[in-house]
Amino acid sequence: MTETPLLEIKNLHKNFGKFQALKGVSLTVPNGRLTALIGPNGAGKTTFYNVVSGRYKPSSGHVYFCGEDVSGTATHKLVGMGLLRSFQITNIFPDLTVLENVLTPVIIHNGKSFSMLRSLKRRSDFKEQAEKILDMVGLAPFSNKVASTLAYGDKRLIEIAIVLARKPKLILLDEPTAGMNPEETDRIINLIKELAAKSGATFFITEHDMKVVFSIAERIFVLNQGTPLAEGTPDEIRSNQAVREAYLGGSLDAKGV
Amino acid sequence: MVGLFSKNFFVGFLVLILMALAPFFVTTHWVIILTEIIIMSLFAMSFNLLFGYTGLLSFGQAGFFGVGAYVSALTLTHLSSSFWVCLPVGIVGGMLFALVIGWFCVRLDEIYFAILTLGFGMMLFTLAHNWLSVTGGSDGLTIASMPVLSIFGHKIELFNPKFFYWVSLTVVSLGIIFLRQIVKSPFGLLLTATRENSQRVSFVGQNVRTVRLVAFTIAGSLAGMAGVLFALFNRIASPEMLHWSFSGKAVLMTILGGSSVFLGPAVGTAVFFVLEHFITSYTTNWMIFLGAILVILVLAFPQGVLGTLATFFSKLNGGRNSD
Amino acid sequence: MEGFLINVLNGLSWGMLLFLISMGLTTVFGVMGVLNFAHGSLFMLGAYISMQLTRWISSFWLGLIFAPIIVAILAIIIERFLLRPVYGRDVSFQLLLTFGVMLFLDDGVRLIWGPAHHLVNPPDVLSGVFPVFDQTYPVYRLFLIAMGPAIGIILWAFFSYSRYGKIIRAAAMDREMAEIIGVRAPILFTAVFAFGAWLAGLGGALAAPHQSVGPAIGEHIIIESFIVVVIGGMGSFPGAFVGALILGLLGSFGATMAPNFQMALPYILLAIVLLTRPRGIFGEES
Repeated sequence: MTETPLLEIKNLHKNFGKFQALKGVSLTVPNGRLTALIGPNGAGKTTFYNVVSGRYKPSSGHVYFCGEDVSGTATHKLVGMGLLRSFQITNIFPDLTVLENVLTPVIIHNGKSFSMLRSLKRRSDFKEQAEKILDMVGLAPFSNKVASTLAYGDKRLIEIAIVLARKPKLILLDEPTAGMNPEETDRIINLIKELAAKSGATFFITEHDMKVVFSIAERIFVLNQGTPLAEGTPDEIRSNQAVREAYLGGSLDAKGV
Repeated sequence: MVGLFSKNFFVGFLVLILMALAPFFVTTHWVIILTEIIIMSLFAMSFNLLFGYTGLLSFGQAGFFGVGAYVSALTLTHLSSSFWVCLPVGIVGGMLFALVIGWFCVRLDEIYFAILTLGFGMMLFTLAHNWLSVTGGSDGLTIASMPVLSIFGHKIELFNPKFFYWVSLTVVSLGIIFLRQIVKSPFGLLLTATRENSQRVSFVGQNVRTVRLVAFTIAGSLAGMAGVLFALFNRIASPEMLHWSFSGKAVLMTILGGSSVFLGPAVGTAVFFVLEHFITSYTTNWMIFLGAILVILVLAFPQGVLGTLATFFSKLNGGRNSD
Repeated sequence: MEGFLINVLNGLSWGMLLFLISMGLTTVFGVMGVLNFAHGSLFMLGAYISMQLTRWISSFWLGLIFAPIIVAILAIIIERFLLRPVYGRDVSFQLLLTFGVMLFLDDGVRLIWGPAHHLVNPPDVLSGVFPVFDQTYPVYRLFLIAMGPAIGIILWAFFSYSRYGKIIRAAAMDREMAEIIGVRAPILFTAVFAFGAWLAGLGGALAAPHQSVGPAIGEHIIIESFIVVVIGGMGSFPGAFVGALILGLLGSFGATMAPNFQMALPYILLAIVLLTRPRGIFGEES
């Protein structure tokens, strides 16, 4: 018996005026399978994420999350259901400490946003939850440092930690290695592998760095100019002629296939 | 239990004791000045809940301050002469107006928020200025006699400046303790997170408008509370108390003391009044100095008096000083 | 009928002054992103300086020419030394800085000229009244009504056809785009700020014979011009014109028909615009 896929997209279209950004995209992300979405520049990956995460409404087609039709649902509702997005441009709370960065979504997750009667210091349960997450991403030693003082790579870790605090079922990870040097990239790759196994969340990533994609993705979807081009295992995609042609002169050849 | 009596708590307690003892050491003239400082510092602190903690610049807080003033004056004239009635009524008045007006204002961001709060504040000003039959028009509402305050059967003569000082100190301290509690609570962290990155707060599943509205309502309630005391202090509720320039005072006093430190606005209020007291003894043109000081502050000391001191000391101690 | 016409004329004459001041405010905001609290004070300075010049050199027209220039020079000093350091900072701090400048200037005029209001007579050629149906109407106000569109047309021509005008207009409509094509020079900001101040000063000099000159006129007009700019759309020139007319007419009709309510009308209109169409009538979607 097949399990309900975590995320199912059926024939998704998104138009901006006359411009068709997404033309009939369909895909499924099974629970627990690290999935990647790739495509040359302008393929529509970011638009796709924007629609799935509730930022844009689909022009037509459906988005199903855990079997439920969530097409056009607002972002914060999707968050409550367990669908979260992590951003390409680091979007953290710069003047708060690393711990506070993670405490904030922990508080929201526990439904205590408007709790005013007890001091935060006394809520050791929140602190524990936050520290567990910091441990998971390896930021525990920095917990009392102000977030803006951290290195770029570490800021990305805060970014991921914030998302993890909401105990997501599905994480849309937008270009996790953008702007990173090779050491940072390796670190993130290993972290994502670890988190995919330990955190209970399914990762759905988009990436330009093919080395990253081929080393961690279990399943890959290729998008080209808004239409699906191919899907399959990393080996299948690597040897797919149409995909090679789409990327001709682009990152597929350049970054070590 | 360990964290309950922190260093900050002791310092605050000490300050409170000193202030309570002040009337025994200074002249009545200064007791009266201190009373005004205490009342206005609550007004400034309530403003800073929005500005320093939530990142919302409101130019309309005087509206809720004035509501507190007028509502309490009306209560005393028509309803009851008890202090225990007119104070809560003033607070509730500020709260209700802030809830309604805030519901509209939190829909907007930054400059538009500031302008809309100014607009609503001025609407309230117009109401107070023109509704002759109810508000007394541009002359305001005089409070003929101070309310009756009886505690466990003992009557406290609010007409006496010393007693009024102690009552104001008590009420304002309670307000400030309440603010402290909020700022240290989970909600307090939400406020600061909203200031830092409201978009992210929404992206992790919390409706930002609701957070802002709750903060706005609390600030309005406390402004109303200060307004009640101010009306009693001056024996009058007048339209100027709702004018946008009066809101500007709260902004000024906060910036003077520093918006990033909890008690910054209170210190700024004290500095403001002391400066005014001294400068006006030399010249009537004290606004020139105030304007120049504000410009200098923005250019050189954006963190204000207390903020700059706090940063200086934390640098001495090494690293970030967690408050 | 006469009452109606008088109201219209009053609304138009005040509206034209408001237009000049708001035009400066909206240009500064559109290009520089700064909402200048002290703008009303510059208007007030224009009035005082032209009044003083007229006293010294007995020529209203020379005062009209020089007062705005002096105000613009002062504005250049303010921009260069006070405003420029805070460009990168939070909008709130820019507001606070201009607020401080406003306090300084508003009290400064009190120091120099005293707190009383001064009456300024219009020049002889423009004094007197003009018959309007059964009533008479001050010639000077008719002059203002004519001046508004006249200056508006000159400015429109400048912004539409001259190179600098086009640059400023482009920068006002889309600051980011202008930055990208390399227009963002500190000189441009200083020039725009000076231009806005010149307009405010001109408005003040023109306003002096229209209403008495006193220390509060700056404070009063800054709020009205904020409202005009918001209603018309920040950075929009036609918006400033339309918004000023609306407010001018609202003011004059409101004063006769619903005097108690009239004070609140601009704020109510402000709230309605901000809550339904925050970008204003002519503003661009941000």
